[in-house]
Amino acid sequence: MNVVPRASQWGELIRPDRVHGSLYSDPAIFEAELQNIWYRTWVYVGHESEVPNANDYVVKSIGPQSVIMTRDEQGKVNLLLNRCSHRGNQVCSYDRGNARSFTCPFHSWTFANDGRLVGYAFPDGYEGQDKSKLALGQVTRVQSYRGFVFGSFAADGPTLEEHLGGATETIDRLVRFSPEGEVEITAGFLKHRVKANWKFILENECDGYHPAFVHSSIFGVADSAIGKLYGGASTAVTRDYGNGHTEIDLRPEFRKRDAPMSWFGTTEARLSDYTTRMKAAYGDQAAREIMIDGSPHVMIFPNLFIAEIQMFVIQPLAVDDSVQHVTALQFKGAPDMNRRLRQQTMGSVGPAGLLLADDSEMYERCHRGVLARSPEWIYLGRGEKRERHDDLGFKVGHVTDEVPSRGIWSHYRRLMEAV
Amino acid sequence: MLSRESSATLMSAVTAFIYKEARLQDEHAYEAWEALWTDDGVYWVPANGDNIDPEKEMSIIYDNRSRISLRIKQLLTGKRHTQTPQSRLRRLVSNIELMDEQPDGDISVASNSLVFESSLRDDTIWAARNEYRLRHVDGELRMAYKKVMLVNNEKALFTLSFLI
Repeated sequence: MNVVPRASQWGELIRPDRVHGSLYSDPAIFEAELQNIWYRTWVYVGHESEVPNANDYVVKSIGPQSVIMTRDEQGKVNLLLNRCSHRGNQVCSYDRGNARSFTCPFHSWTFANDGRLVGYAFPDGYEGQDKSKLALGQVTRVQSYRGFVFGSFAADGPTLEEHLGGATETIDRLVRFSPEGEVEITAGFLKHRVKANWKFILENECDGYHPAFVHSSIFGVADSAIGKLYGGASTAVTRDYGNGHTEIDLRPEFRKRDAPMSWFGTTEARLSDYTTRMKAAYGDQAAREIMIDGSPHVMIFPNLFIAEIQMFVIQPLAVDDSVQHVTALQFKGAPDMNRRLRQQTMGSVGPAGLLLADDSEMYERCHRGVLARSPEWIYLGRGEKRERHDDLGFKVGHVTDEVPSRGIWSHYRRLMEAV
Repeated sequence: MLSRESSATLMSAVTAFIYKEARLQDEHAYEAWEALWTDDGVYWVPANGDNIDPEKEMSIIYDNRSRISLRIKQLLTGKRHTQTPQSRLRRLVSNIELMDEQPDGDISVASNSLVFESSLRDDTIWAARNEYRLRHVDGELRMAYKKVMLVNNEKALFTLSFLI
């Protein structure tokens, strides 16, 4: 197509039960997504625990843009754009570190870690110049929820709380797996690149239809109970929280099992230190319920996927080029649990992961597939006739139904139509 | 300290072992490759540098012996989609050196490798420094440890689902 649809035309490409293949492959649409999604809505950037001390920094991203997340002397978290205000050179070349300031190597302009320009070389040539007008660019709005830091380039719009909406509760549920109520991101990220559009990744995260087929090779040899969760007889559900946020809620299956830590393929006895700490923190009954229910499986639109034991951050680089940044979730005050989280995460995800290498193969094959122009559509109608609403009014369906994809596309359409 | 003659003999045996390992990997001879491992084998491909602590930080691969076995079993199902069809592979291994002897008697070896992979996605070149600990078991050399330090392990990497 290579022509960005006008607001009134998005509905021609996005129908209730199908979307046009060009949405994944058209470079002009990708550019429009950068403007209307990545550079406007709330995007997950990093976690406060990645910059625990004053002057810590870590380099993150919003789409193709490099963003430096810093903690300044006052303890405030800043999201600075990695671009010198002079000639555009990147001011930071390391992934992480501790620095009060960043000096551009090109002409030695120096910026404090809150973005202020504090000095330039040979200042006599800049007589009368107001340094405050030459600060590093910043992500316009920065807000965090339970340590998860989000940024939005839009000066106005929904607050982060409004954006998270119904999905806020999934983050509340997640942090309860720490006896101290805090997630920590400390294990470093695997960075897995795929030659595929980012939305194939986004939609797959809460697609409960694929595991039985894409992952049969590992379910068959690993003595895993995961396969049954995604079978035809499963009572687990898919959920659309609105605002593009989607979930696979496995709690109905885990509650039937009624066995603490079964969701993680283990037992209380094998994580006895963790179990003791959880019971001390929440009381026997509440700890038991948390440990039966299991950690959430939720995709926070557009780029934060909490996959029970690990966290993915989706980064689009180009229409056909994306990176999955993935790390083990770590729960504060849970050393034996954290060790298992790291081991299981390393086995399953990343470039050599026993699960994710196969998902990524599907993303790349889908991307090459949609370049074929007939049929023009991606069909997303599975379970459309059996959708229902849960007690809170959110749409739910069978675990294998395409409720999440339909929810994502309906939100996507609203964002793309907004001018 | 080995005599010059026994050192040359050892070098020759080690080199033959490493060439054989490379060929088994290139040709997806999964079971024969797995048989090269000792019972306590560790297969490690670090991410984000060569000297991270694999007990605390994420690695691309950090397999104990049972997970090596699981990885091979998965490949043998024929339903590991990322290797169905299999990547076509050829690797060059060079700069083989005997390194300092290990206190436990394991033979410490290092090499460089360059792998050309042709897969459905594209052609990809992988370059690495490799460290081995080899051990004589029943008169045969076996791998007790292999660490593959990819030159670009700090970057975002494409799927790496063949045996590196």
